[in-house]
Amino acid sequence: MTDLAQPTGSPAAWPDTYGDEAKPRMGFFTDTSICIGCKACEVACKEWNLIPEDGLVWTGESYDNTSSLNANTWRHVTFVEQRKQMHLDPIDVESGDVATATREGGPQPLRWLMESDVCKHCTHAGCLDVCPTGALFRTEFGTVVVQEDVCNGCGYCVPACPFGVIDRRHLPRQAEDAPLLMDLLGKKEDGRVWKCTLCYDRLKGGHEPACAKACPTNSIQFGELDELRERAGKRLEKLQAERWNGARLYGHDAGDGVGGFGAFFLLLDEPEVYGLPPDPVVPTAHLPRLWKSTALAAAAMFVGLAAAFVGGGE
Amino acid sequence: MTDRRAIDEHRSMENGRPGGTTPWRGSITELGTQMDSYYGRPIVKEPVWAPEVPFYFWTGGIAGAASVLHGLARLSRNHELAKRALVVGAIADTASPLLLIMDLGRPERFLHMMRMFKVTSPMSVGSWILLVSGGASNTAAALELLDPLPVVHKLRPVKWLAELVSFLAGPPLATYTGALIANTAIPVWSEARDELPWLFGASAASSAGAAIAMVTAPEHAGPARRAAVGGSAAALALTFAMEKRLGFVGEVYKEGDARRYGRIAKAATAAGAGLIALRGGRSRAATVLGGALVLGGELALRWSVFRAGFQSAADPKYTVVPQKQRVAERGGGSST
Repeated sequence: MTDLAQPTGSPAAWPDTYGDEAKPRMGFFTDTSICIGCKACEVACKEWNLIPEDGLVWTGESYDNTSSLNANTWRHVTFVEQRKQMHLDPIDVESGDVATATREGGPQPLRWLMESDVCKHCTHAGCLDVCPTGALFRTEFGTVVVQEDVCNGCGYCVPACPFGVIDRRHLPRQAEDAPLLMDLLGKKEDGRVWKCTLCYDRLKGGHEPACAKACPTNSIQFGELDELRERAGKRLEKLQAERWNGARLYGHDAGDGVGGFGAFFLLLDEPEVYGLPPDPVVPTAHLPRLWKSTALAAAAMFVGLAAAFVGGGE
Repeated sequence: MTDRRAIDEHRSMENGRPGGTTPWRGSITELGTQMDSYYGRPIVKEPVWAPEVPFYFWTGGIAGAASVLHGLARLSRNHELAKRALVVGAIADTASPLLLIMDLGRPERFLHMMRMFKVTSPMSVGSWILLVSGGASNTAAALELLDPLPVVHKLRPVKWLAELVSFLAGPPLATYTGALIANTAIPVWSEARDELPWLFGASAASSAGAAIAMVTAPEHAGPARRAAVGGSAAALALTFAMEKRLGFVGEVYKEGDARRYGRIAKAATAAGAGLIALRGGRSRAATVLGGALVLGGELALRWSVFRAGFQSAADPKYTVVPQKQRVAERGGGSST
């Protein structure tokens, strides 16, 4: 990526901008192979971060009634029911032989995938790049956080996120909110954007994020990103040796379209099965070319309008 | 609650889809290995922008191109046309920031836009362009209208400076909005990054030309008419080229609101431009009718592009399929 795609707060500037206060980059490794779908992470996140309730509905989509990450859901457990073998060439428990039933065209067994999704805290974060106010910033831990007293609700970050994580909160303004200076132009709701902060406040106090703390199986692992990547690599090797079907890492590669995730995953199927994009690219990766094209278009419009005067100024 | 309602509405739409390309609906146990999306739910979020935004794309375009037409008319000593262009530009320049402020979730915090200048955010760059352009064109227009007053008459150098600034700010103001929406994760906008600034520039020239021609006597309005006709032709050609080149991702322009507004845009723009080209030189009435058609057509164009973004985000296939294709072309399987 070129210089334009290296914005303020990107790894080019981080952690240097923090000087002595810089910390190692922290993140999550979410290992979905041991997720049991208990949603303790969702609840802990809601409680710690005082996130409002966002509708109580039954979706009929397995055990998932939260449906997606949004302004009021910062951890979201996905539930996928599929007819697919859990293991390739499954081992018959009694004889120790490779079972043949599924290979002979018998019914595929049901498997139930669960994954606790979260903001990816991208190395090249689309939301941060496009934020015009500086409300979104990169912390000393390398995470991406919204400053709610700066956000003016422009909403640009929402379509700029390749994962559909950050979202505007559609809740009425509260009594304690600042009064509208321009009542006529105002909207009667809290229009700011919200997302996972990787529990910035807890990190500041030396604690791990609420979701990781609450996770009973250690599916959500919190730590220094370099160490987590190493651990994830070993875990993947183990699962592959055990012939787990579809095991792969997602977002661990610093060479991907967002420069690697600060919060990455071990998945058991293609990313889109979990509602994740297969090949996310930060929008600003194309921005240098886009600005050039825009400058050319502006010049072309000027020339075109000048040509309108060629036939006489009247 | 709004989010959930939108999701549920989307889901009921999906249920009614007759055999789409991606068979993701069905009972949870039937989904099985065919499921290639998460219950058909969107991956990227729909924009949260309100209807003010496409109206702003339209007024901002008019403001930018009108400033350029004004400057060029001054240079060619067509002061009648210059004065009208200045006023049209100033009105559009005044409406633009109001529309943007109305769209903010926290309008009282509009000034937070001025906390920084950030080249990675077309919205930040655009806010500054709009501030400069609006300030300059309104200053120039005010001084122009008050010029008969002796006090104001002495301020002529200030007016000339203001005119020059708005002249220079015009082209970027008219085109940056294309970069703004292309710089997102919305497939139909992002993939059109080579066309959108050009399309918006052409649309701006067309609508500004039409608006100015409508309020100017035909004998002075020649350049404005040519801008309207030429801009319309360019906008139409670029629309067709964009929809064709986008291919699969561009299919949203064949559905729903994007299609509806797109058809209005094409028909109204072509009819209006044709009318101006054939009769505009002789008939003021033909210019007014043709100009109104072009203005309506260009507004419909902005709406078509705007709604296409929502439709593109709502269906995960537009996000997933091109990305899978990209992965396959790189020769990589899954990201193991």
